[in-house]
Amino acid sequence: MAKELKRTPLFEEHRRLDGKLVPFAGYEMPVQYPSGILAEHQAVRERAGVFDVSHMGELEVRGGDALGFVQYITTNDASRLEVGQAQYSAFCGHDGAMLDDCIVYRFEDHYMLVVNASNVDKDRDWISQHTGRFDTQVIDRSEETGLIALQGPRSQAILARLSDADLENIRYYHFIEGTVADVPAVISRTGYTGEDGFELYLPADRTAHVWQQILEAGGRDAILPAGLGARDSLRLEMGYALYGNDIDERRTPLEAGLGWVTKLDKREFIGRDAIVKQKESGIRERLVGFICQERGFPRHGYAVQIDGEVVGEVTSGIVSPMLQQGIGMAYVPAETARPGTRIDIMVRDKAIPAEIVRPPFYKGGTVRK
Amino acid sequence: MSDVPADLLYSEEHEYLKKTETADVYQVGITDYAQGELGDVVYVELPSAGETYTRGAVFGTVEAVKAVSDLYCPISGEIVEVNASLGDDPGKVNSDPYGAGWMVKIRISDETERDTLLGPDEYTKHIG
Repeated sequence: MAKELKRTPLFEEHRRLDGKLVPFAGYEMPVQYPSGILAEHQAVRERAGVFDVSHMGELEVRGGDALGFVQYITTNDASRLEVGQAQYSAFCGHDGAMLDDCIVYRFEDHYMLVVNASNVDKDRDWISQHTGRFDTQVIDRSEETGLIALQGPRSQAILARLSDADLENIRYYHFIEGTVADVPAVISRTGYTGEDGFELYLPADRTAHVWQQILEAGGRDAILPAGLGARDSLRLEMGYALYGNDIDERRTPLEAGLGWVTKLDKREFIGRDAIVKQKESGIRERLVGFICQERGFPRHGYAVQIDGEVVGEVTSGIVSPMLQQGIGMAYVPAETARPGTRIDIMVRDKAIPAEIVRPPFYKGGTVRK
Repeated sequence: MSDVPADLLYSEEHEYLKKTETADVYQVGITDYAQGELGDVVYVELPSAGETYTRGAVFGTVEAVKAVSDLYCPISGEIVEVNASLGDDPGKVNSDPYGAGWMVKIRISDETERDTLLGPDEYTKHIG
């Protein structure tokens, strides 16, 4: 029998909004609402959209060696974080393969690792195995934490109606602790859409209240609730990788184009030796972005060909709502990974010509840099 | 609830057949239920006028954000007209599946095949 699907604190809200619920990462999640994926996508690019991302996992790391431990289990350099700052990072196995990607938040007296829903159990078990020589504790806060992403150029104006926090001065990948609609919240200027916006970490039992208040406060901006479908098309237009599609345990951060969050010069971390070795011996395949030159809808699993020969596979693809062209990501041999290289995407036996490009595909995003 | 107009015939594959002003010519498209299941349609690939199809043959594809789906001819006949406007505005399949979102008009070759299609009550049960 199938495992029972979990529900986020916003499940009843999705029902009330007539969201189309599908199984995702062990949760029953809305893939879209009645307005549809394209309208939700458009709302986020032009105005604002609000997403339930409560299925994401939150792992708290405490203790005297919390920093040393985070440094040991993640690839980026957490020692560079100031209190109130976050960074994109990853966990690797000893062989350098990526177990997950994550965001590391530095609080006054602890760190928070935000991980993919499908990997919460795996990540928690993995990192708990390595606490041994560190004075540290790992606490899984996933169940008690709700997470709402408010994204789009109107996000700050909408949130300001519900919060006294000094939103204007929260820089990109920074956060503060404040209140939203009288609920204590971690207000983080982060997101997965390429637009300005916030992610709000909330007590699970108050998350529905904040959700309702955001929809109401955003009414005059024509805010829309947005589902996983729009989340996927928005992130793909930015070329953001999705764990399980574009990155997984068969790939190292170097192959996935995440060398920038893999700080080989910091002290020892799990996977470092293997990644150093791969860097020296050369990378065989690389994750690249591509844009179709003719009408075609590239999808996960479609073959990539050069001169009639299969050289790789599409990991994510879509017809970009903003560009009205097929875009996607694929692993190709490193020697063909240069922007400008011509490839063919095999869309149901038809070769659709495409060109390798450097993401983002959509360049008009309002995300603060 | 999906809209299932009373005056149409339906296939199990979610295409509908609608009478036109010409006696043996019918308009074909996908049902409101089908467009709802597919989500936003981004491309529609249709045949050319003059081609003939037998019942159940694939006569085109619909590419939606979530999935691609083949179009199955609900009845045998010759394509006499194609809704070319879907090339520029495929969203009409979602917004008006029984009207502006129609796909082809077909001159049917065997009247009796109509009897094998589903009526509105049967189709409602089929999607229920």
